[in-house]
Amino acid sequence: MSTRQFRPRSLLFLALCLPALASAQIQLAVAPDAGAQNSATTDSWPTYSGDNSGRRFSKLTQINRSNVKALTLAWTSRLVGGPASNGGGLLAPSGPPTIVGGEAAEAVVTGGLFSSAAPISVRGAILESNGVLYASAPDNAWAVDARTGVVIWHYYWKTKGGTHTANKGMGLYGDWLFMETADDYLVSLDARTGKERWHKETASFSEQFFSEAAPMVIGRHVLVGAGNDTDEAGALRSFDPDSGELQWTMHSVPMNEGDLGRSSWPSLDAARHGGGNVWVTGAYDPETHLYIVGTGNPSPAYVPGGRDGDNLFTCSLLGVDVETGRMAWYYQTSPHDTHDWDSAQTPVLVDGEFAGRPRKLVLQATRNGYFFVLDRITGEHLLTSSFAKWNKWVKEINTTGQPVRDPTKDASADGTLVSLDGWTNWPPPTFSPQTGLFYIRDLESYGLLYYTEKDPRGAMGLGGVARGGQVALGSNLEAIDYKTGKVVWERSFEPGEGILGALGTGLLSTGGGLLFAADSGENLVAFDAQSGAPLWHSRLHGVSNAAETYALDGQQYVIVAAGDMIYAFYLYK
Amino acid sequence: MLWRAAARVSGAMAISVLALVATPPVNAAGAAPPTTADARSEAAPAANLPATPASDDFPRPPSDPAATARGKQIFSVNCAFCHGSDARGGEGGPNLLRSPFVLNDQQGNLIATVVRTGRVEKGMPKFDLSLDSIADIAAYLHSIPLGRGGAGQPLDPKAILVGDAAAGRTYFFGQGHCARCHSLRGQFAHIGSMFDPKALQDNIVSAGATTLLGAPLPTAPPRTVTVTLASGEVFSGTLDSIDEFSLTVNSAAGRRTFLRDGDNPRLEIKNPLQAHLDMLRNWNDRDLHNLTAFLAGQK
Repeated sequence: MSTRQFRPRSLLFLALCLPALASAQIQLAVAPDAGAQNSATTDSWPTYSGDNSGRRFSKLTQINRSNVKALTLAWTSRLVGGPASNGGGLLAPSGPPTIVGGEAAEAVVTGGLFSSAAPISVRGAILESNGVLYASAPDNAWAVDARTGVVIWHYYWKTKGGTHTANKGMGLYGDWLFMETADDYLVSLDARTGKERWHKETASFSEQFFSEAAPMVIGRHVLVGAGNDTDEAGALRSFDPDSGELQWTMHSVPMNEGDLGRSSWPSLDAARHGGGNVWVTGAYDPETHLYIVGTGNPSPAYVPGGRDGDNLFTCSLLGVDVETGRMAWYYQTSPHDTHDWDSAQTPVLVDGEFAGRPRKLVLQATRNGYFFVLDRITGEHLLTSSFAKWNKWVKEINTTGQPVRDPTKDASADGTLVSLDGWTNWPPPTFSPQTGLFYIRDLESYGLLYYTEKDPRGAMGLGGVARGGQVALGSNLEAIDYKTGKVVWERSFEPGEGILGALGTGLLSTGGGLLFAADSGENLVAFDAQSGAPLWHSRLHGVSNAAETYALDGQQYVIVAAGDMIYAFYLYK
Repeated sequence: MLWRAAARVSGAMAISVLALVATPPVNAAGAAPPTTADARSEAAPAANLPATPASDDFPRPPSDPAATARGKQIFSVNCAFCHGSDARGGEGGPNLLRSPFVLNDQQGNLIATVVRTGRVEKGMPKFDLSLDSIADIAAYLHSIPLGRGGAGQPLDPKAILVGDAAAGRTYFFGQGHCARCHSLRGQFAHIGSMFDPKALQDNIVSAGATTLLGAPLPTAPPRTVTVTLASGEVFSGTLDSIDEFSLTVNSAAGRRTFLRDGDNPRLEIKNPLQAHLDMLRNWNDRDLHNLTAFLAGQK
């Protein structure tokens, strides 16, 4: 017991000494930032994307193209989940303290591939601030010493259930952490101790919402979204970081007669059950005070009947005023989606030249295989291009750059060959202002969709279809020139045994001219961000999240998770 | 610019391998090949089945069977006319299964408000039902599985057989080049009685080659590889695994792993199922349906 309590105290003591130590260190070289915005930090990783821009670009240059071959292991850390992290017993190792919370009397074991009882898999962002890492997995959170990998505390949430796919990370506001749980609570922890400050219900578990996004903290607003695979209305909500009180709710589908977008649905009932869930963390533009975020598929997902029309604001990019929750603009990337395109992918804010003049842009590569460039002040459409190798579901690109579906490629009773589940997904892309390239991972997969619903009222949720003939040609890393939308280079990966590799686990680019990506999931690879040439790799087996980087005491670290392991690399001095 | 362009699976046909494959056709994948994984975002109906309720992700308190039976009776008399006998909506009333009022209700507390006051503006009159009766209706509604996929319906195999079998035959021997590997005199002679139409069509597309995420299925005929080292040594076998940095080959001589940096061996990889993979970007649905109708008739 005494050792458990000693660690946080000794760390606190260390933290008190650190400012003096840190200032004595040599300052790290920092690359000039062409697209300076969002007060990007230079040496830490305090938010989901490193900063609020969604770029996942770090200015750090200590690890760079010329020396990355010497990258070596600094430490590893194994994260133990569950109610008692050391397992108890006489011979159990002395572990960090575990703080237990949750509304369930006993944790509920959910089913499926990503069950609540599945092994720990860190798939989301790990935050770094003041020498401490904050990592999460469904129902679990940890603080880890960023210099040594020693676990400082562990928090465990007894879940009522909910879809446990991936917890995408936490939000940080001073010493307060915010985490979503699969059973729809926003939990706030004291970052120093892991003790719970409060938890608040954010969506209805009875309506089968599940909450796994990384909360985004903007000023005094904690922005929270949720997923849903039945027929419920998507929403973005803002909570007070201090009290946890709800500040506002923005529904992503019309909820009342007369609401904007109502005419894109045949009935109010269809709109109010139309989906459009906000389940991936967005990006924030401090100049316009807009939170820019993608929305998911309309519901029912595959069955076109019953929701004739464009189905606003599903499969859309939205600019939302952070103070009021009011939508300033929208752009729908998949009108009347019938393929579960679910266009919630990370929007990336870029200040750069477009068509000969400097502009404030937002870029998004969506699951439907199209790359979009918009003006992020107004939502004006500027460019649509395809990064997919198969677009037979598209009849035309209309005058506002939207792919218009071909109804003959909807699910059918005799089977329709489609790109099953889309080309890219929530694992985040990256943009390097050095190269001007937008990097994504994509998957070329196919299959047949059979329409099985015989009831004229149609299906619900993801129902009404059967799948078959599922097969994939391969998975790729692509570099897209945002000015033209053209794929400049592409790397093809051999599909691996790892289940996460094919869609990629997310990307990182750095001021050192590097692009970090997992290949099939077996290797973490450092590529030359300009040419795509692989420069370094380490076979970690089952890389599960996107690499990140931070600097402490003049030393740059690159970290990545593989299941329950965190690996940290640096240049050995 | 493909990083592993040199090693990219060769489209060339290896006749000897294909001869083996052609006899036991389509890797005997009558049942759907198991997908080892499905990392698609937030929803994954199981492999080839209709979406099945995954209600254990969202457990509800168990309903009292007696109350559920009473509630069903009360519902059928008072509610089914507008909301449908299965509560999924009817002529006048909306689908109740997905209604937030119903989903968030506990023992009738929310439903009672609506039932006893009505929603006159929407054409729903008030019902003079007791709170106990409404609690029974609630128990019945909560007993209906919701799942996240809605209630799945079985697929009708006959609905798949809409193609023109004669056109399928023409395609098989002509443009589709199927006869290069598959013979109607082998097991294909009876393939229509071995597999149902969906399995036939699914396997025309995938040949059971990979999972949805591209990992080779263990039931697929293995790819073969010839490795030529810088020393001139040649090593052949079946491909166990490969990535950008190493590959492992199995042969009668044993298991051998090669690193692909350093002396960077030259590779020649052949996939007996390559013809199927090469078709994926090019299929049109009509040819698939015609081919399926043709093969379904081979009994």
